[in-house]
Amino acid sequence: MPNATLIALIPLLPLAGFLLLGLFGRKYFKKSSGIIGTILLLASTVLALYTAYEYFFVYGKVAGSYQEIIAFNYTWLEFSKGVSIDMGILLDPISVMMLVVVTFVSLMVHIYSLGYMKGEERFPTYYSFLALFTFSMLGLVISSNLFQIYIFWELVGVSSFLLIGYYYNKPSAVAACKKAFIVTRFADLGFLIGILILSYSSGTLDFNTMIDTLTSSGSTQAKAAASTFLGASALTWGAALVFIGGAGKSAMFPLHIWLPDAMEGPTPVSALIHAATMVVAGVFLVARLFPVFSITTPGVLEIVGWVGAVSAIIAAIIACTQTDIKRVLAYSTMSQIGFMMFALGVSGYGGEAGLGYTASMFHLFTHAMFKALLFLGAGAVIHYVHSNDMRDMGGLRKFMPITHITFLIACLAIAGIPPFAGFFSKEEILLAAYHNNTAIYYIALFTSGLTAFYMFRLYFSIFWNKTPSPPGEGRGEAHHSEGGFSMMMPLIVLAIGAIAAGFIPFGHFVTSDGTRLESHFDLQFSILPVALGLAGIFLAMWLYLKQNERPGKLTASVYGFYKTAYNKFYIDEIYLFITKKILFNLIGRPAAWFDRNVVDGMINFTGNTTAKVSEGIKKVQSGKVQSYAIYFLLGVIGLAVLFIYAWK
Amino acid sequence: MNLLLLIIIPLLTAVAALLSRNKQQVRWISFAGAVAQLILSIILYCAFTKERAGGNEAEMLFEQNYALFPAWHINFHLGVDGISIAMILLTSFVVVAGVLVSWNIEKMTKEFYFLLILLSLGAYGFFISLDLFVLFFFLEIAVIPKYLLIGIWGSGKKEYSANKLALMLMGGSALVLVGILGLYFSSGHSFDLLSLSKIKIAEDTQRIVFPLLFVGFGVFTAIFPLHTWVPDGHSSAPTAGSMFLAGISMKLGGYGCLRVAAYLMPEAAHQYSNIIIILSSIAILYGAFATMMQKDLKYINAYSSVSHCGFVLLGIGMLTTTAVTGAVMQMVSHGLMTALFFAVIGMIYDRTHTRQVSEMGGLMKVMPFISTVFFIVGLCSLGLPGLSGFVAEMTIFMGSWENASAFHRIATIAACMSIVVTAVYILRAIGQVAMGPIKKNQSQLRDATWNEKLAAIILVAGIIVIGIIPGWLNDLVRPAAEIIMNKIAGK
Repeated sequence: MPNATLIALIPLLPLAGFLLLGLFGRKYFKKSSGIIGTILLLASTVLALYTAYEYFFVYGKVAGSYQEIIAFNYTWLEFSKGVSIDMGILLDPISVMMLVVVTFVSLMVHIYSLGYMKGEERFPTYYSFLALFTFSMLGLVISSNLFQIYIFWELVGVSSFLLIGYYYNKPSAVAACKKAFIVTRFADLGFLIGILILSYSSGTLDFNTMIDTLTSSGSTQAKAAASTFLGASALTWGAALVFIGGAGKSAMFPLHIWLPDAMEGPTPVSALIHAATMVVAGVFLVARLFPVFSITTPGVLEIVGWVGAVSAIIAAIIACTQTDIKRVLAYSTMSQIGFMMFALGVSGYGGEAGLGYTASMFHLFTHAMFKALLFLGAGAVIHYVHSNDMRDMGGLRKFMPITHITFLIACLAIAGIPPFAGFFSKEEILLAAYHNNTAIYYIALFTSGLTAFYMFRLYFSIFWNKTPSPPGEGRGEAHHSEGGFSMMMPLIVLAIGAIAAGFIPFGHFVTSDGTRLESHFDLQFSILPVALGLAGIFLAMWLYLKQNERPGKLTASVYGFYKTAYNKFYIDEIYLFITKKILFNLIGRPAAWFDRNVVDGMINFTGNTTAKVSEGIKKVQSGKVQSYAIYFLLGVIGLAVLFIYAWK
Repeated sequence: MNLLLLIIIPLLTAVAALLSRNKQQVRWISFAGAVAQLILSIILYCAFTKERAGGNEAEMLFEQNYALFPAWHINFHLGVDGISIAMILLTSFVVVAGVLVSWNIEKMTKEFYFLLILLSLGAYGFFISLDLFVLFFFLEIAVIPKYLLIGIWGSGKKEYSANKLALMLMGGSALVLVGILGLYFSSGHSFDLLSLSKIKIAEDTQRIVFPLLFVGFGVFTAIFPLHTWVPDGHSSAPTAGSMFLAGISMKLGGYGCLRVAAYLMPEAAHQYSNIIIILSSIAILYGAFATMMQKDLKYINAYSSVSHCGFVLLGIGMLTTTAVTGAVMQMVSHGLMTALFFAVIGMIYDRTHTRQVSEMGGLMKVMPFISTVFFIVGLCSLGLPGLSGFVAEMTIFMGSWENASAFHRIATIAACMSIVVTAVYILRAIGQVAMGPIKKNQSQLRDATWNEKLAAIILVAGIIVIGIIPGWLNDLVRPAAEIIMNKIAGK
């Protein structure tokens, strides 16, 4: 059986790091905080790998299928009998896989940052935030309770906020971190209401019980299904709202607008949070509740599929036009998460039908490797060139050989060229889509061609294209090398991952119902996607290998569309209109005005009137006994009349 | 555990403060008194839980009853349940912090501290009284010092604000007094809370008296639309005044609504619950939207208090045990949080001499401690897990959702929406004040002093303890809320 203490240590070690560095880092660990953070995370990673080994090969499998094991459970806040927020550890294939992914990528980023962030004034703060994020993300993936996942969900949100706003003096960074937080918060509102609905319908917040209740055709479900709103059952609403939360975190269309801006954070952070781990939380959430989506609310699952597909293609189109290399990668992330999302959307539950589920998780795993690698490589480039813009780059292959090779590997992986990791996972996704939803399949096919194109556009623009100016000129002596050991080592390790991860027989370990799924590769089926990928690469090569006129002509020929895509389809502007014009000017401002003038005006009016009235009747108290006598007499007469005539 | 200590200790402190010779003595005496209160309230909590664990199921513990005016059936009847303990804990935390942040008051120091301590005396007395007349007496003690605190030590248009606050709160207390007298005469001449709770008050009487009491207490809790004293009062009050006002006084109202109005008149509570829910939902959203447009830090926190206190009334209006538990938690959470918020605003104002958000920037660089606390309190306000606000709000949401009607659902969703608006205004403030480029004239400011640090740490500790281990507060409040709700449900 699992050792709960060891597993609990996986998130608790980074938490300890956060507290230690956050409280005392500035004073005592000015220089050593990076090492401390890295060592703690190394321990976490080792424990995570050990847990994965134990789970997958020792105790996890019972009677041929992987079990969901509650290793630990603590009632954190009880609402009523059966409904409580628990803090627990749920071990199942996806949570164990995520433990490995998160700790591993985080470790790479920790090591990389030792070099990348060296000399930063707030070095300890950086590492404490990184540790806080890692803790929250690990807590998220092992959650055993729907509310627990929401708690850690918010915590990863705030760590992301803190890290995007790490350069807090930069107005653009401040704007970006606010935007990221508020957009995801808006999505979380959906998540929260979804939680309320699902917990009410199932009478629990515990994942396993909830899934059992909601998927069995018992009386509870009948009761919940009976109550409808706007033509959809309460459960459908609940699942859809929970998905909105997931879509916000995973930057799905139309809630994706925060992700490109989030690139304001330090590049290693982008690699960790906005590429490999946090942004896949939405995919993870849908996967976590997959039986509910698949069995109880198939309609919502269809929406999940379409949202994923639309996001994938839109992001890919935008990525083709951007010139900031981190933004290209950000849109590429969004596109790839779209792949994972629609893979879930086209999947069924259990057995062969569950291929999409396995493929989605597989892609999540391989994507973490090659996307983290891409970002870290981009970080090395930015570190070297001191610019994010690909127009400032070119010909860097001579000066940055390790970065160049590893970046190329990652590009090949994401483009889906065999035998790199992305090929295997993407093939499975396409296969699942092909069998279940032809329209999505063609969208996906086209998008994977585009992916190859924009990735190699990026690659050629950075490492080939124009002849570079010799290094050192105008850049200071410090940047002759491409980065020390601490920066190159993670690149190499991740590159190995990007090559090798595809050979893991994922279907043996991670499936929708825990049973084994044999992956079968169909060579004929693979020809088309690979050919499209190669076509994309050659097109990029033709356009960007050497400086030439062709890209300019091409954009000029489709200028209107190019401009729209370059401006990200004006989605940001639409949001800006809604928030600035409607929320601020139409609701906020009138509310504030109304309060000061109408509500408070009434209160003041009452006060002033009282004062005036008393001013008026104060003359009555004249001190003249005669007039008092008259008032008295009048009063007596009045009362007498009242008593005699008016009373009964 | 003798509850009289809760009155005697502040009383002795106040007298000692008056008798002291110099400012330094006043400060230390008040601080010692405040710490004694804190220790006392923690001992009280421990004694209470021990008693409960020992199987004492009585509704009120540590009861004491002395005849005060036998002819009018007025008794000095004291006793506490979980809800009172929670409020007492809150009060003692805020008092210590309030004394600490006022360390540098030079103008009439003695009188200032005397009033602060007197205010805390009123609050303690209010929370432990089981006799309506005595309760009202303490309520008044808690109101009057505020008028002086604002009028003398305030800033800006302080006379206007002090008048407005005192008049509105006095108006509220007048309604309360009429309500209490109504109960007294309709129940066969009793002021005793426990005996009143056992007799059934005629529904006609309830229909008239309940609104009087609820609105009267509601004014303290900034019930919409009688909340307008909040922004003005806070903006003029000295730092500790704001802290006490928002941290303690606003809670008197919530406590009164629950303990007196709803508890004694269950039928009326049912009848009026929809109105309460509507008003509080409006307050939550409207307050949040109004906050979004504020430019002055104190106004921001004042309006956000209107929004957050809306949650208290919403929880009470929802009439489920969980929601009421959440309402009490929200009182504690909001008390700590808003006191801290005002403390931080005061610290920032002392240094920058402005409260206009737009005139600040990048304070993180020069005042890392204060800015970090500002971050924490902001995150608490927007309901970040791990801090107290989240626990309270989620409990209210879960409790509200137990009501299955569409009306309750819509109100709950409306209240949920505020989490987004709150995020907007909090991040706006944080982004402008703590982050961004630093203003030129603010690059030489100093970070918090020892007393400010201690005050902040005490309140932050309270927020975090509730946020990370909410179980104890839940266990403390829920049984008491259950008794009230069982009565309302007619069980």
